[in-house]
Amino acid sequence: MTTVLHDMTVAELAAGLKAKTFSATEVAQHFVGRAQGDQTGSFLALNPETTLAQAKASDARIAAGQAGALEGVPLGHKDIFVTQDFPTTAGSKMLEGYRSPFDATLVRRLAEAGMVTVGKLSCDEFAMGSGNENCAYGPVKNPWDTSRVPGGSSGGSAAAIAARIVPAATGTDTGGSIRQPASFCGITGIKPTYGRASRYGMIAYASSLDQGGPMARTAQDCALLLSAMCGPDADRDSTSLDVPAEDFTASLNADLKGLRIGIPKEFFGEGLGADVRAAVDGALAELTRLGATLVPISLPRTELSIPVYYIIAPAEASSNLSRFDGVKFGHRAKDYTDLESMYKKSRAEGFGSEVKRRIMTGTYVLSHGYYDAYYLQAQKIRRMIADDFQNAFQQCDVIAGPVAPKVAWKLGENANDPVADYLADIFTLPASLAGLPGMSVPAGFGAHNMPVGLQLIGNYFKEAQLLNVAHRLQQATDFHLRKPEGI
Amino acid sequence: MSLTSQDIDRIANLARLTLQSAEAERMREQINGFFSIVEAMQAVDTTGIEPMAHPVAAIQDVQLRLREDVVNEPNNREANQQSAPAVERGLFLVPKVIE
Repeated sequence: MTTVLHDMTVAELAAGLKAKTFSATEVAQHFVGRAQGDQTGSFLALNPETTLAQAKASDARIAAGQAGALEGVPLGHKDIFVTQDFPTTAGSKMLEGYRSPFDATLVRRLAEAGMVTVGKLSCDEFAMGSGNENCAYGPVKNPWDTSRVPGGSSGGSAAAIAARIVPAATGTDTGGSIRQPASFCGITGIKPTYGRASRYGMIAYASSLDQGGPMARTAQDCALLLSAMCGPDADRDSTSLDVPAEDFTASLNADLKGLRIGIPKEFFGEGLGADVRAAVDGALAELTRLGATLVPISLPRTELSIPVYYIIAPAEASSNLSRFDGVKFGHRAKDYTDLESMYKKSRAEGFGSEVKRRIMTGTYVLSHGYYDAYYLQAQKIRRMIADDFQNAFQQCDVIAGPVAPKVAWKLGENANDPVADYLADIFTLPASLAGLPGMSVPAGFGAHNMPVGLQLIGNYFKEAQLLNVAHRLQQATDFHLRKPEGI
Repeated sequence: MSLTSQDIDRIANLARLTLQSAEAERMREQINGFFSIVEAMQAVDTTGIEPMAHPVAAIQDVQLRLREDVVNEPNNREANQQSAPAVERGLFLVPKVIE
């Protein structure tokens, strides 16, 4: 036993637990201790008593020979997933102290697989942001450079994994919120096809885009978690698809010989940083050495995905967030004169500025006289963007490119310019709008020695293929094994 | 297109948000800044294109799922009200709305 627990992958921890090399309680104690000493600000809630009770139950199941697939392996949940045993805030003052009466489906499924919850992880308020700087409880620091953002909105999840505080975490991706923080923190994350993993209990931001998925250090670990997360949730999520769960580890080692990787020219234009490009090109060269061929393709509406996304997502957000009215849950203002002033003041006090901006934008584009010009037009272009991908997949099996134009920026750098954050989402938004599975896999390092991710986009339900490509790349490279200094 | 401060007041009212004047002005500038990138969308010819609501509809017909209209939740009032700002005798309290 030479590897310390926090350097182990999910697969290694699961194997060690099954072999009784260490107990779930020992593992939980170790990771709770790391979470208590966290310097990144990744955690919004810890509850060691609950975590250790879950671990004890895992130990009992292991002793009784009833261990689940991931029995005793710890993880953190993005604070956008509601949990009975931990408070849930969605990174907002609006939900300070909120306790959910139920667990999100993904939380429940991972618990049924045996996983033990270490705590709740920071995120941008209601998942609205690209740097985790919009969290009402303070920003999260990137473990690779604590003066930089971890990415967002699943920034706490990515930072905690990079800092070896948890081996895995849940994230959610609406416009890139799993892939971009994974890229910025040098870890691996996958967003499955929209509708494959239940949205029940995931606090809604933009319902036609929101999709939960796993984040971890390796593609193999993501495959293990995703296998437990997917599958229909017929009674709880009306957009959940009738696509059965799958063992995503089955084809991890498949040969890449003959694989056609589409390279969209729009992802490699002048907006792309030379440092990011060099790392991405390096990873692509590695994939060609493994037998893949690169095929030039075009996704002509890539740039349009920015306005289309930032119309559709705020429109849906303005509707979803109307539930926060200070009546059934959430913040209520102290002083008000009547019901309407109670609504208005409670919402003004509870929401942060980015959330208000998106509610305002969404309310406007859905308002009388503007709906056709903005929301409907955006939904039509959304179909054209999805069709562009189907055309591209005639010529290739997977699509690859950068996740973001640049490496993680400095905390506060975009504070007065929300549009700067929006523009940086350009490479993740197209797959989100099309509902396609996408992932980020460590590809190297760029400026300031910050991590760079390679984005892989697959056709609908081709998660296993993405994980296969990522796994083979990780067998040939060691970027996913590198550690930030001082960790 | 450029939103005026009256537009911002009207939208804030629809969104049930109180905005202080400095906040409203900053909001106006930022939203107008955003709409400068929306203009590109207006130039796209979308004649005959069906709007897309469920993304997987790009490859297959997706019906939103319906379930039987039967009670499938236990009565869980206490847990459901545990995070309510004001509750009395199992009821949510709000300011008087009917005189």
